[in-house]
Amino acid sequence: MNTRIAIGSIAAVLAIAGGAVLLAGLDQPRPITVKAATPAGASASIVSTAAAPAPAGKKMFVPANRAIPDNDFGKVVAQGQRIFNDPARYAAGYVGNQLRCASCHLDQGRKEGAAPMWAAYLAYPAYRSKNHHVNTFAERLQGCFRYSMNGKAPPLGDPVLVALETYSYWLAQGAPLDPKLPGRGFPALAKPAQTPDFHRGEKIYAARCALCHGANGNGQNAGDGTPAFPALWGDHSYNWGAGMASVKNAAEFIHANMPLGAGGTLSNQDAWDVAMFVDSQERPQDPRYTGSVAGTRAQFHDSPQSMYGKTVEGYQLGSHATPNGGTLRGKEGL
Amino acid sequence: MKTKRLMHTDIRLYFAVAAMVAATAILLMQGAAYADETARPAARAASIAHAGTPSGIPACAACHGAVGEGNAAVGYPRLAGLPGDYLAQQLANFSSGARSNPMMNPVAKLLDASDRAALAAFYTSQPSSGPGRRTDQTAVAAEHGTGEQIALHGKWSEGVPACVSCHGSQGSGVGADFPALAGQSSIYIRNQFAAWKSGTRPPGPLGLMASIASRLSNSEVDAVADYFAALPAASRGNTP
Repeated sequence: MNTRIAIGSIAAVLAIAGGAVLLAGLDQPRPITVKAATPAGASASIVSTAAAPAPAGKKMFVPANRAIPDNDFGKVVAQGQRIFNDPARYAAGYVGNQLRCASCHLDQGRKEGAAPMWAAYLAYPAYRSKNHHVNTFAERLQGCFRYSMNGKAPPLGDPVLVALETYSYWLAQGAPLDPKLPGRGFPALAKPAQTPDFHRGEKIYAARCALCHGANGNGQNAGDGTPAFPALWGDHSYNWGAGMASVKNAAEFIHANMPLGAGGTLSNQDAWDVAMFVDSQERPQDPRYTGSVAGTRAQFHDSPQSMYGKTVEGYQLGSHATPNGGTLRGKEGL
Repeated sequence: MKTKRLMHTDIRLYFAVAAMVAATAILLMQGAAYADETARPAARAASIAHAGTPSGIPACAACHGAVGEGNAAVGYPRLAGLPGDYLAQQLANFSSGARSNPMMNPVAKLLDASDRAALAAFYTSQPSSGPGRRTDQTAVAAEHGTGEQIALHGKWSEGVPACVSCHGSQGSGVGADFPALAGQSSIYIRNQFAAWKSGTRPPGPLGLMASIASRLSNSEVDAVADYFAALPAASRGNTP
């Protein structure tokens, strides 16, 4: 499809709808009522809170709906958008699974509360405890490839990184340079009343997640063979070093955004429980693996939010993980 | 000594072969019986689909077309290649009245569970590929407009995800619960949104579609319906 025309059409739709749509977007999102079938089959009304409202005095930034410029800069923005939606195709040498950037960064990296790229772009350079130094935005993108995409990091200056950075910058144009920009990352989620529990999470997963992601967490492909629902664990998912392997991150993402189109319909407790269940499954090995699970946990996973190296249901997570790299495994430079 | 050992081996081999032949025969007989069991509902389904029954079930083909291709002009849906579980669930819903439709409710009530399962299996196995209708002027207009925008990117200002995020790239369908939309009748799709909005169709898995329907305007639904109707129906692949 023609991206320029598609984006142009967004602008056209908004122009027709007038400022009301934009204002509504800036205002507190209206509650969404979802008629959801409970596991028992009965019908229940659940009110979705959608995304958390912006704190008082701060407006939620909404990236402008406008055409990608028809010039040499715009070509790179468009390439970044293509990579974002289909990295396995447009960044093939660096991606080891079939996840898409847009699998987690919803609405092509635009959606508030789903780690939007406009906010991420403005949040760097930043010090990260993950690697104990100040990371540039490009270095942060490298991390996505190495861990979330279970692939390998494109070198700094690589056209893939340049395109993604350019796309993110284009989305961010007009946003205030505020490290605490409302909508960035995932909305903070209050600690659960009860310790997150694998078995409660298993039940939530079966009732609310398995429809799309499959009973075995393997995701599903569409009829035309392309990936539809991302794998949440196993060899085709993010590896142990990914941010989503943190129970807290997963709980926040899930609570705000899942099930897709019905974000905010899980209780805090349910989101924590199901995040614990998902992140207590085996997945590809951490690329920083030191040669022992205990050593890797001590060095990189010394947090109650990581289940790596912990024993669940009699199995030590990470102990039989497939080496990282997915479809790139065995190729040069991994 | 050597000959004797060989003979001993031969005898063992003979018994082993005989046992295998017997086991194979039993398996074949069981297989034939099984095939016969499954053939009868399949044959009945094909018969109902094409000719109906003396008890008053009309031929499905009368409305849904000879190979389940539907009748787009009047909003009778394409059935060919849709997920079998999905089709069986819809027939069950028509039968129970949970899904309200003046034409399908009386028909479905005449089908027992075995007929419903067999008909679902029959239509899911029909080839779904067919020519697109991209030459249609309405369809071409829909291709780059609101319909494409919502289909491919959703309407997140109202919390509506892209249609293709669940119904698959090109509307090709995903698994048992997300039917293909490509090549589906535009009028049928519009009617379903109306049914979800009015509650005459159950909200579906997790209530997702009833919720989405409540957040799209009629003109947006029309645009999306035209977009998918214009896509060529393609044959289904496999899920991992």
